[in-house]
Parts: sequence; structure tokens; C-alpha cells
Amino acid sequence: MTAMTPTGPAESLHEVTLTVNGVPRSASVPARRLLSDFLRHDLGLTGTHVGCEHGVCGACTVLVDGETIRSCLQFAVMHDGAEVTTVEGCARGDGELSAVQRAFGECHGLQCGFCTPGFVTTVTAYLDQHPDPSEAEAREAITGNLCRCTGYQNIVASVLRAAQLRREEREEAPG
Amino acid sequence: MKPSGFAYHRPGTVADAVALLGEHGPEAKVLAGGQSLVPLLNMRLAAPAHLVDVNRIDELDVVRVASVDAGQVVRVGAAARHSRVEHDPLVHAALPLLRQALVLVAHPTIRHRGTTVGSLAHADPAGEMPAVLALLGGSVTVRSQHGQREIRAADFVTGPMTTSVRADELVTEASFPVPPGRTGSAWVEVARRAGDYAVCGVGVLIAVDDDDRIRQARAALVSMGPVPVVVDLTDAVGAAPFDQADWAAAARLVTARVEPDDDIHATAAYRRQLAGVLTARAGRGAVDHAATRAEARARR
Ligand SMILES: Cc1cc2nc3c(=O)[nH]c(=O)nc-3n(C[C@H](O)[C@H](O)[C@H](O)COP(=O)(O)OP(=O)(O)OC[C@H]3O[C@@H](n4cnc5c(N)ncnc54)[C@H](O)[C@@H]3O)c2cc1C
Ligand code: FES
Ligand code: FES
Repeated sequence: MTAMTPTGPAESLHEVTLTVNGVPRSASVPARRLLSDFLRHDLGLTGTHVGCEHGVCGACTVLVDGETIRSCLQFAVMHDGAEVTTVEGCARGDGELSAVQRAFGECHGLQCGFCTPGFVTTVTAYLDQHPDPSEAEAREAITGNLCRCTGYQNIVASVLRAAQLRREEREEAPG
Repeated sequence: MKPSGFAYHRPGTVADAVALLGEHGPEAKVLAGGQSLVPLLNMRLAAPAHLVDVNRIDELDVVRVASVDAGQVVRVGAAARHSRVEHDPLVHAALPLLRQALVLVAHPTIRHRGTTVGSLAHADPAGEMPAVLALLGGSVTVRSQHGQREIRAADFVTGPMTTSVRADELVTEASFPVPPGRTGSAWVEVARRAGDYAVCGVGVLIAVDDDDRIRQARAALVSMGPVPVVVDLTDAVGAAPFDQADWAAAARLVTARVEPDDDIHATAAYRRQLAGVLTARAGRGAVDHAATRAEARARR
């Protein structure tokens, strides 16, 4: 795959290996390759979106070793050896949409969808820690992500609905 | 935008890191959490030739409450994330002010990566951590090839985003002293959105005598000028029992003392008014906090 930023002759390359959504992936990149661009351009995982590239919008949020981070504020080389989960890894193991993804669909938590990958990763990680948020807590959980379309009401509803769907899944789960 | 090219270094020890900083001096920048540096690189407001990544220096990944001659101190190493300091139960029990301020530093996602020492080194006039260090009279430890020195909070931040740390020095640790005796604290802010840099932020720390009188009261303010502003409120609040302290007088003192600037977020006049209002609010919060801590102690 071709790199997006042209690499000058003086720039040395670093071999970076990440386990992305459970699969080991490697590429040779210059040190200045942002983790967001590494995922999108070098690995072809274009689910991670890039809005502002300075940490403010949250569209690029991915999980590194289970914690949310802004992939636009990291260099891929810093994370050599890490486990990364992108929005592509948020679906259920059987290929069906996750509770969070279904909730966003049901509650119209997206319009253009540009911000959605960042919301899905953020809300997935949040509900792992806080399975039963109040409406105020749901609103607080998404303050770090910007959406230019929805006005947020339906995103808050999606967070609450996702929590409910996850509770139902747990109750149905055998054992 | 994309950052310009740089040579990437990932030392495994402090000795190697300071050797790199010694070799490359002003051409090099320390890369900690990247939450302030990478935006500057992406916008090409900075283009250092070398980045020294300190994230994998294990000896810097420490957060602990240590005993010293003068009492206790919370020590935070340069690789420790905001979120680790925020959630450490021993740190919170010893020095609740840290969590009170840290929850207002950006969003959890930023705190997962940003370091407390990086926040100090960045010295943003809107940053909470330099103000907390100043309020507590803490210090930072810096190391270069030539040795180690301690910089007191009062000598640390010298201007907006400038500190007395030299280009060949690495900040290895910050020390936040635990104020002795009965204390209470609170941190309050007004920001455009939850998690944004504060238009005005105020922390108040009070020390209370056994007869419930305020022995000492101090405020630290962010976004009120180029460096954190610390104001001694002890005389203003009076030696009254702590629930009758004169926070209106404290607010007047602070309003008269601060010299904020206009910017796109707020006028100087609005900021000055906020400084007073939030000082009174934080003062009352600190009293409530001291009272709750006393009750919690009584129950034990
Ligand atoms: C959207 C957003 C909102 C934010 N909101 C807030 C907020 O409300 N309040 C707030 O306080 N902060 C806020 N921040 C900044 C955040 O707290 C950063 O964590 C912090 O400013 C810098 O820490 P860092 O570890 O990321 O440092 P980096 O970005 O890696 O480095 C910052 C600077 O400090 C230097 N440096 C770092 N570590 C050392 C060291 N050990 N020795 C010498 N120099 C060093 C670097 O060279 C660089 O110049 C926000 C950031 C973002 C992206
Ligand atoms: S693209 Fe990373 S926060 Fe906006
Ligand atoms: S749905 Fe368009 S930005 Fe959120």
C-alpha cells in the first residue's frame, strides 16, 4: 500500500507491528506517521475517521490496550507491540453488529456518520466500565466527541439504549 | 496537517534519555503523552529534529505517597498518566486536591495518555497542574548529564508555556506536598464545554485548627494571566469558625488582584468577575470538604 505523505530520502523507516482487532499487522513507516494514518493508509482500515487532527473532535478514537485514545495524537511507532481495537473490531465475534452499534441505528444516533466511529469506540469502552449510566452520565461520557449533525440528543439516547441492550444480552447469555 | 519529519528515539533509561537531550539540546523535544506536543507538530507550530519518547522508561512510571521529614509527599514520575494519578486510591486519600483538579483536565480519553509531568512541563496558563503545584508549594526534579536539581513551583513556570527547565534537562518527577493537619480543598471551573480548557478555574485549600477555625486559606487560579496566580486568603476570610468564613471578602481580594486578558472566549472583565465568584464557590466547597473529611475520620 502506498503511503500518503511522501517519504524523503533522509527519512528512515521503522517496522511497526500492532495487533489490530486481534490480528497482527505490520508496516514500515516513517516516525512521523500518525497512528490514525497508519490504520487508514498503511493497514487500509478506513473505519477510523480523522476530523481535526488536533485532539478535539474525537472521530479518531481507538482503544489501545483497552483504553480510549486519540489516534491522531500518537505516532504509530510509539505503539509498536500494542493491542489496538478500531471500530471495525467493535462488532460482535459472529459478525453481527454490537449492542452499541445497533443502538445507534435504532435511536438515529447518526446522520452523516462521520463522527460515529469515535462515538462507537468511546461508548463501547465506557459501558465496559459503567454498565448502567444515568442520562446525565451518558451525556458526560460523550463530552469529548463532537457531532455536527445530530444535536447529541439521539446519541445520548443511543448510549442509554446500548446499555439496555447489553443488559439483555447478558441476561440471555447461557451460564 | 501532518507533522514534518524527525528522528525518533526511544530510550529505556533516564541516563540514555538525558544523554540524547545533551547531544541534541534545543533541536530535541521530549515526547510524553503527546496530548499537547502532537497538536503543535501536526499544525507545524513546532518542528523539532529529534523526539525523545519517554513513555517506555519504566523507572519514570511511578506514582506513590512517600514519607519525608516534613510529612508526606505525592511523587509522580514523568511517564505516569493523568488517569493513573486520578484513580490511585492512596494518592486520593492523602491529597484529594489532585483528583479534584484532574477530573477537570480535558476528557478521560486525553487523560489516558497525557502525563501529569508533561502538563507541568508544557506550562499552559490554562492548565490545572501547574496551578496545583503552585498552590501546594511543590517542586519538580530535573536531570541532565551534569546532574540533578530541584525547582520549586515558584521558580518553575516563568511565562506562558515557558519554564526554567533547560533544553538538555528532563523533568523526572513532580512532588506535591501533602498539607499537614486538617485540611479541605475544592476546585471549580467555568469552561465552554465540559473538558475544555477553563475560561477561569480556581482551587482553594484551607487548613483548619482543632477548634474549627481557618488557620490558613489559599487560592490558585488558572487562565488569569501568563502564569498560575496564587493568592493568600487567610486574612480576608478571618479567623472565624470555618463555616462562618467571609468568602465574599476573599472574592473581593481575588478580583482586585487578578489581571486577566481579553480573548475570543471571554473579556477580561468577565474573567475577573468569574475569579471572584468561583473563589467564593471553591472556598465554600473547601469548607464542606474539610467538614466531610472530619466526619469520615470520626466514623472510623
Ligand atoms: C482536547 C484536549 C483538551 C485538553 N484540555 C486540557 C485541560 O483542560 N487542562 C489541561 O491542563 N490540559 C489539557 N490538555 C492537555 C493535556 O493535559 C496534556 O496531557 C498535557 O498538556 C501534556 O502532557 P503530555 O504528557 O501529553 O505531554 P506532551 O504533549 O508529550 O508534551 C508537552 C510538552 O512538555 C514537554 N515535556 C513533556 N514531558 C516532559 C519531561 N518529562 N521533561 C521535559 N519536558 C517534557 C514536551 O517536550 C512538550 O513541549 C488537553 C489536551 C487536549 C488534546
Ligand atoms: S481527528 Fe483526532 S481528535 Fe479529531
Ligand atoms: S452524524 Fe454527522 S457529524 Fe455526527
